[in-house]
Amino acid sequence: MSCAQTIADYAFRSIGYGERLLPRSDFTLCKQFTLIGSGMIWNIYFGVLAMLIGFVIATAVAVGKGSSNRLTRKASEWFIFIFRGSPLFIQFFFAYFLFLELKTVFPIFSPLTAAAWGALIVLILNTAAYSGEIFYGALQSIPKGDIEAADAYGLSGWSRFKRITWPTMLRLGWPAYTNEAIFLFHATTLVFFAGFPARQQRGDALYYANYFADKTFNPFIPYPILAAYFILLTLIVIWVFGRANTRLNRHLPQDAHRKIRYRPQLLR
Amino acid sequence: MNIYFAVGTVLLLLAITAPTALAFGFGGASAARSSVAPLRWIGKAYISIVRGVPDIAFFLFFVIALDQMFEYIRHRWKCPEWTDPVYQGNDFVVCTAAKLPLGSAPQWQHETYGFLLAVLTFSIVFGAFAANVLFGAMRAVPKAQLETAAAYGMTQRQINRRILIPQMWVYALPGLSNLWMVLIKATPLLFLLGVEDIVYWARELGGIKTPQFTDYPHGDWRMWYFGALLVFYLLFTKVSEVVLDRIMARLTRGQATAAGEAQRKAAA
Repeated sequence: MSCAQTIADYAFRSIGYGERLLPRSDFTLCKQFTLIGSGMIWNIYFGVLAMLIGFVIATAVAVGKGSSNRLTRKASEWFIFIFRGSPLFIQFFFAYFLFLELKTVFPIFSPLTAAAWGALIVLILNTAAYSGEIFYGALQSIPKGDIEAADAYGLSGWSRFKRITWPTMLRLGWPAYTNEAIFLFHATTLVFFAGFPARQQRGDALYYANYFADKTFNPFIPYPILAAYFILLTLIVIWVFGRANTRLNRHLPQDAHRKIRYRPQLLR
Repeated sequence: MNIYFAVGTVLLLLAITAPTALAFGFGGASAARSSVAPLRWIGKAYISIVRGVPDIAFFLFFVIALDQMFEYIRHRWKCPEWTDPVYQGNDFVVCTAAKLPLGSAPQWQHETYGFLLAVLTFSIVFGAFAANVLFGAMRAVPKAQLETAAAYGMTQRQINRRILIPQMWVYALPGLSNLWMVLIKATPLLFLLGVEDIVYWARELGGIKTPQFTDYPHGDWRMWYFGALLVFYLLFTKVSEVVLDRIMARLTRGQATAAGEAQRKAAA
């Protein structure tokens, strides 16, 4: 079987198109590259969606934690504490069994027992808590002068938040948020190892890498392939966030830009 | 009953891994600072390779890789007359005398061996992170202090032992406590490494029990078990936070940092 044929068969295997059976013998490099790459579709799906939706919630949580209203402050603090204080792995397990339980009572929850929705929700809430804390820190370190200047210009309430507070918060929190994004993509590999079933063996990149390592008893090929894919993904994330960083700081003198450094954390 | 034992396993893992990882980290940081070029390269490569590659891929990889490495070394040692390659098709074959642990060994040896492999893996991965923190901390100790020590006629070794190492902890502690939190949250991944830990038992014990097999039949309680684990980790995190704050306050005493200055003012 030629390599082009393999790619045609397996490139979209992880989302259910192409060959149904996974290769059982003759594990060529081409097959491993194609299938692990196919699994990356899931990692990107989880990462991108969780980041976009989580960003909105994170802003709300950060503002909530900084608010003077006791109720919203406490609620945001607890939300952040629960999601940052416990392992993501356990959160996945708990959520999966919670959804299973809910499904028996309310059938409306049944899509949530599939990884595509249930795990996505967990990831959204998790990243919202982590980035909420980052944005809260940024919110606390907004220069006092900026706010005073906004007051002097007659800005207040929503328009002050939209035009001064929020952009400054993003600017200050951006380097840390970049790391959080990288870290979120890495965390997506946990999904199929934590309760959520991979129906018809449609898994993510690590799922397939693990499959090959189990079948060949040789971890030295699939895992480095996986690592290469992830390093590539990380570089893309850094590039995209670097562009956003430049845009956020475009009014500042060019050399004042804070470089984003790649400082990943391993696990959450 | 086993789940209580498994909590012990987790605590034991933390108790062994933390000092081992610190030792790895200390070695890595010292190597990266060394004046001997090859040693410095090894130290830096160790830090950047382990930190750069994502996630649990490392955990899954190292356990098989270390196992195969040990078996291969023993294989070369015990069976020199064996000429077949170890990778035969999809199998990894060593002579029976080199199997680790021996095929005839009792069950507890297999479990202990698996556990030790997991400890070693955790130590290697977290050691690299600790090395990075300690490397930064060693550089943060004010240069003037080291130069003063040299001016007093201390040798390099004396400077390291009396000035550098006692002082670096206060700079290293924020990073190390962060690492400790990450380590706590990484412990459920033991499950993926094939150790029968709390996640394993929560799944086993929580699953549906029918009256045929047990005296205490119940429905699907896995949700509650994982909820309990979630609370366990939250409490553990909270306790660690309190303890680490105390240690930080103790270490800051009399240091030339902002916090140390504040402490002095408060006491005066």
